[in-house]
Amino acid sequence: MTDLTDVPKTPADLGVAPEPPMRLLGEDGELLAGAADAGITAELTRGLYRDMVLARQFDQDAFNLQRQGELGLWLSCRGQEAAQVGSIRAVRASDHVFPSYREHAAALCRGLEPAELLTQWRGTAHGGWDPSGYRFHLYSLVLSTQLLHATGYALGVAADRRREPGVDEIVLCYFGDGAASQGDANEALNWAAVTGAPLVFFCQNNQWAISTPSAAQSRTPLHVRAAGFGLTATVVDGNDVLAVHAATAAAAARVRAGGPPEFIEAITYRMAGHSTSDDPTRYRDAEEVRRWEERDPVTRVRRLLDARGWAGEEFHTALKEEATALSEATRAACRALAPPPLEDTFRHTLVEETAALRAERERYTAWRESFA
Amino acid sequence: MSTTAEVPAGELTLGAALNAGLRQAMADDESVILVGEDIGALGGVFRVTDGLRAEFGDHRVIDSLLAESGIVGTAIGLALRGYRPVCEIQFDGFVYPAFDQIVSQLAKLRARSGGRLRIPVTIRIPCGGGIGAVEHHSESNEAYFCHTAGLRVVACASPADAHWMIQQAIACDDPVIFYEPKRRYWDKAPVEPGPVPADAPALDQARIARAGADVTVIAYGPAVRVALDAATVAESEGRSLEVIDLRSLSPLDFGTLTASVRKTGRVVVVHEAPTFCGLGAEIAAEITERCFHLLEAPVQRVGGWNTPYPPARTEEHYLPDLDRVLDAVDGTYQY
Ligand SMILES: Cc1ncc(C[n+]2csc(CCOP(=O)(O)OP(=O)(O)O)c2C)c(N)n1
Repeated sequence: MTDLTDVPKTPADLGVAPEPPMRLLGEDGELLAGAADAGITAELTRGLYRDMVLARQFDQDAFNLQRQGELGLWLSCRGQEAAQVGSIRAVRASDHVFPSYREHAAALCRGLEPAELLTQWRGTAHGGWDPSGYRFHLYSLVLSTQLLHATGYALGVAADRRREPGVDEIVLCYFGDGAASQGDANEALNWAAVTGAPLVFFCQNNQWAISTPSAAQSRTPLHVRAAGFGLTATVVDGNDVLAVHAATAAAAARVRAGGPPEFIEAITYRMAGHSTSDDPTRYRDAEEVRRWEERDPVTRVRRLLDARGWAGEEFHTALKEEATALSEATRAACRALAPPPLEDTFRHTLVEETAALRAERERYTAWRESFA
Repeated sequence: MSTTAEVPAGELTLGAALNAGLRQAMADDESVILVGEDIGALGGVFRVTDGLRAEFGDHRVIDSLLAESGIVGTAIGLALRGYRPVCEIQFDGFVYPAFDQIVSQLAKLRARSGGRLRIPVTIRIPCGGGIGAVEHHSESNEAYFCHTAGLRVVACASPADAHWMIQQAIACDDPVIFYEPKRRYWDKAPVEPGPVPADAPALDQARIARAGADVTVIAYGPAVRVALDAATVAESEGRSLEVIDLRSLSPLDFGTLTASVRKTGRVVVVHEAPTFCGLGAEIAAEITERCFHLLEAPVQRVGGWNTPYPPARTEEHYLPDLDRVLDAVDGTYQY
């Protein structure tokens, strides 16, 4: 159990000891001290479990679709379901979320359609959904850019709050341990801390940035660094959905009440390769993966549900059916995703198409139609 | 920087005209906020935001952290939240840390969202040389941004126009890179402060700064003054130059340009940026395509040399001046 704190490795002489990660659920599915205070109930646990199961199903389908040539690429979130479901379920639907690019489980919880999540990877759009409608921003492929967007958005919320005291939204922003090395991440953490932006930064430390381990990416644990910027920092076992939920809910409540921005480091693990183009066997050993499989976030909750008798056969059967239906819907939706006409791109480049864009679009259309 | 009190009644410096334009935009729309390094108490290093914090408060005139990517990145977030941020980059050479946020995020979010998002961010950049500055304080980097679809790139050249253009840029729902010719900040001309008049040219229109019949001289930003001076000298030598102030660098107003070429058949493009892959190259290529049959001579370019911007003591040899413009005008008669 202690090896969760082994990563990232901190030289003792650095004098900054990482906090042990907060946990409510033991690896064998037992509730730990503090679970009662955190308001853990059978209903909450069942809900989080359901979301994780559906996310895993969706992720597996998308992965398979990539292998079948239906998607160009897929970045699996397998292993990170607890970090994502636990965190997004702890904020309100009215809170604005800025994801990185692997937050499929969080996105599904937000109500995004499978097809919308597959669009980019199938190559039919660079976005795929209405970011304002879902209050879930488009994925950010340039690492860390979204931390600044989240900070700016949160500053806007703070400005609104000054005008209308009733405004109590907050912003939730996801990013990875590798992304934390970018300049933008450091500008954003500092900027948010200095301005007191109503924001929860949520770092999924999944141990790897493609082939670079966290320990090679940062000499200090990330939550220690965040605290250094002046953010309230928490480290949580990212494979413990109950702890993630409780930690995020607490952080969100403090921020909502006007407290300084918060930083949560969730210690988790990316079970699949970085992407479907990646070969993780070249840089990590099977033993490491096996050790993390033992801490699988989904089976861990299943053990709790079984041990406590919180979910009967009926629940599991219904969930299985729901997962099957999602799977079928995902596959059908994926195959139905057709490329939009290139004309759209000309129309959406600026708010109003300029004469130059219109002329170019017409040239393109005429050229294409000359083949018809 | 002069204040309005130091210039004749009705006259404003370009800097003061911008200041008045910003004030008007802020008064017209509560969602307009200014963000930049030292723009509050100091009023910016060129004092363009002078007095605005006292008038609108520190929630609307925000001294940013010293982080350019942060300025633009957070402005994007503010725009997503319904604000209209106007960013000030302190000097042209310091925009590069924000390059990714500008070209990969700001420019692309509208297209990426399938037209659902509007990102009305204005980025003001004092540009160009001629003020004896140290390195990275005299650059003309417009070509980088013109090359990126999704951005509007404009350059003001005269006080009245600066006053209107800044308001138009802020009101525009697209991201706008707004170049301010720093060596013209102190130029004075009559300005009637207030909202943009109905007959002012639109943000994406070029303006005929001086009508002429023999040669079209296309310029923008600081080079417009040079072109106008060249036209005055040329007139005394019996040549009539038509000077076009481009105003909008992206998109380019080829309607105005080709109408002028139809009159003159001769074209010279003037800018401070190096000519290699500069805006002049684009203009020359496009005019050649559109007006080949009207041209008496190849389009001539007058620009900075294809070198890094030189030390201040040599910049007069780098910046296109009146003689180089007139020389290029002569060049168009050599065919
Ligand atoms: C600015 C930038 N540089 C490089 C990349 C290529 N890249 C994509 S993901 C990645 C690793 C990111 O690791 P981390 O932040 O830990 O997130 P994870 O993928 O593990 O979820 C890299 C190097 C990128 N997307 N953006």
